[in-house]
Amino acid sequence: MTPAPSGETILEVRDLHTHFFLRRGVVRAVDGVSFSLRRGEVLGLVGESGCGKSLTALSLMRLLPKGSARTIKGEVLLDGDNILDRTPDEMRAIRGRRISMVLQDPQTSLNPVFTIGEQLREAIVRGYRRARSEVMKLAAAALRRVEIAAPEQRLGQYPHQMSGGMKQRVVGAIAISGAPGVLIADEPTTALDVTIQLQYLKLLKRLQADTGMAILFITHDFGVVGRMCDRVAVMYAGRIVECGPVQQIFEAPQHPYTRALIASVPKMTGPIGRLTTIEGQPPSLMDLPKGCRFASRCPQVEARCLDAYPVTVRVGDQHTVDCWKVAGS
Amino acid sequence: MTAEPLLRVEGVRKHFALTKGILFSRTLGHIKAVDDISFEIRAGETLGLVGESGCGKTTTSRMILNLEEPTEGRILLEGTPIHGLQGAALAAYRAKVQAVFQDPWSSLNPRMTVGRSIAEALIVNRSGDRAQIEARVHELLQQVGLRPDQAQHYPHEFSGGQRQRVALAAALASHPRLIVLDEPVSALDVSIRAQMMNLLKDIQTQHDVAYLLVAHDLATVRHMADHVVVMYLGKVVEQAPTVALFEDVRHPYTRALFSAVLVAWPGRQQEESVLAGEVPSPLAPPSGCRFHTRCPHAMPRCSREEPMLRDVTPGHAVACHLFDGG
Repeated sequence: MTPAPSGETILEVRDLHTHFFLRRGVVRAVDGVSFSLRRGEVLGLVGESGCGKSLTALSLMRLLPKGSARTIKGEVLLDGDNILDRTPDEMRAIRGRRISMVLQDPQTSLNPVFTIGEQLREAIVRGYRRARSEVMKLAAAALRRVEIAAPEQRLGQYPHQMSGGMKQRVVGAIAISGAPGVLIADEPTTALDVTIQLQYLKLLKRLQADTGMAILFITHDFGVVGRMCDRVAVMYAGRIVECGPVQQIFEAPQHPYTRALIASVPKMTGPIGRLTTIEGQPPSLMDLPKGCRFASRCPQVEARCLDAYPVTVRVGDQHTVDCWKVAGS
Repeated sequence: MTAEPLLRVEGVRKHFALTKGILFSRTLGHIKAVDDISFEIRAGETLGLVGESGCGKTTTSRMILNLEEPTEGRILLEGTPIHGLQGAALAAYRAKVQAVFQDPWSSLNPRMTVGRSIAEALIVNRSGDRAQIEARVHELLQQVGLRPDQAQHYPHEFSGGQRQRVALAAALASHPRLIVLDEPVSALDVSIRAQMMNLLKDIQTQHDVAYLLVAHDLATVRHMADHVVVMYLGKVVEQAPTVALFEDVRHPYTRALFSAVLVAWPGRQQEESVLAGEVPSPLAPPSGCRFHTRCPHAMPRCSREEPMLRDVTPGHAVACHLFDGG
């Protein structure tokens, strides 16, 4: 695999808390998330539905659903500059140029009533005055970069005239048109067929090699992690419970949750037996236990796991785990 | 091995007419969603049906569920053709062949308690009085790993995995011989997925029910299915017992599908065959072998002659000129 890039940190998230304030109570969806991302690195963020991975991404983009959700604590340092302090106008200039995002469903990312060319133009122009012919040339070049054949013809087409894989490429072209240093990809291939998924992942890798951007890759699929990522962070009930280089996490997962999660994935080789399962359900985010959040489902639970949230233990080079058992006595 | 399989699909085609206009409509062409496929499912076994979107696997499962009439060919359950059944015979067929769909959020009526949803099949088939039906509902809930008192709850009170269990209980109510599982676990989380797959296997052993598993995830198919049928653009390109297929993948399309599976172990990716381009339109499928436009091994005859599905080893059939031996 690719050696872990040694570039300097481009994005650092410290103790991020994003909660939903509802009449029924407070949903602590993101509750103390910290990680960092280096230039040219791909960090995978994995976890099951409701663990807070997508809300973490929206918090970084400052695109939280209006009304109930608020980031109440933490720092998001993009090139050392805390973007949580920026005004909405300043954020508009940051989004797309310094940090950008690709979502799961290309159908909803693109506007059905505008042509591909018009949507690309919006991303390319961004308030600058430019000649139409020049903009269209740039738009065609952007499509060529994401390996869309006959880009000049595609510019005049509408999203419904394209396949899902093609639309996701267009979304990618829009996302990287401002040459951002950080790209957040939130399950970008989940809606695609397997052979198309592989094409798209390879394209992302190539684009990353060309531009040197860092990618935060959100997924629930360990196969995608193995293929794409340098490091992986595992999230459970609003916090990252384990983070480390992909190979280490796969070969020697330390957190009981990571271990169970990896073991429950059906494999393509080896014996076919009963699959390992994780009994029970994750805790309610409105009523989180004061101790370890995985304690109620953990086969190795001890008394202290129920009393206090575990300390973060360093178990290897860049490999950290939040677990009392690993911390030792 | 029994002589008569539970279900036999014989040379089935399904063509949808593509029309334009309402009053004086003209037929522009036919979408050959399924084009001459044959396979069988034996009692108590699982057949995995694999392929990408548009390959015809959903149309095939809809024909088996008798929701769609084949344009040509026939489907037989225990030796009896299923299309053209009416009245009591049709009702009996529906009791014998049930389905569990992908989306556990849309397959249950949100205004009915799950107990009532499960009882529906029993009420329709007039199997017993109120007390008997209630007892059966409780028994079914327990079989799928839920509590009998949860019969009073509404679908929104359940998680996705639990709803899928309810859908399975409803399918089991009429003692089916075959359950069509259309992507039964792909909407579920990884850890819940494993629970559901274990449950499906347990239910199969206890009830001797056969499954038609429509899925795109090969690892899921490997764990669940006894036989696998791989489809591409309405055609069967390869079929084999699961063990044989996973040991020896033959068809270039199946090989591409296998290498597109992202092995979770970094550095263990073997030979890679990334397919160029996308699946062509079923409205104008390529001539000859339908896969030749994307095939890394395409030869001149592939665009002219359609390859026949033939055995390469007993029970393992491939439709590809590479294995014609000629």
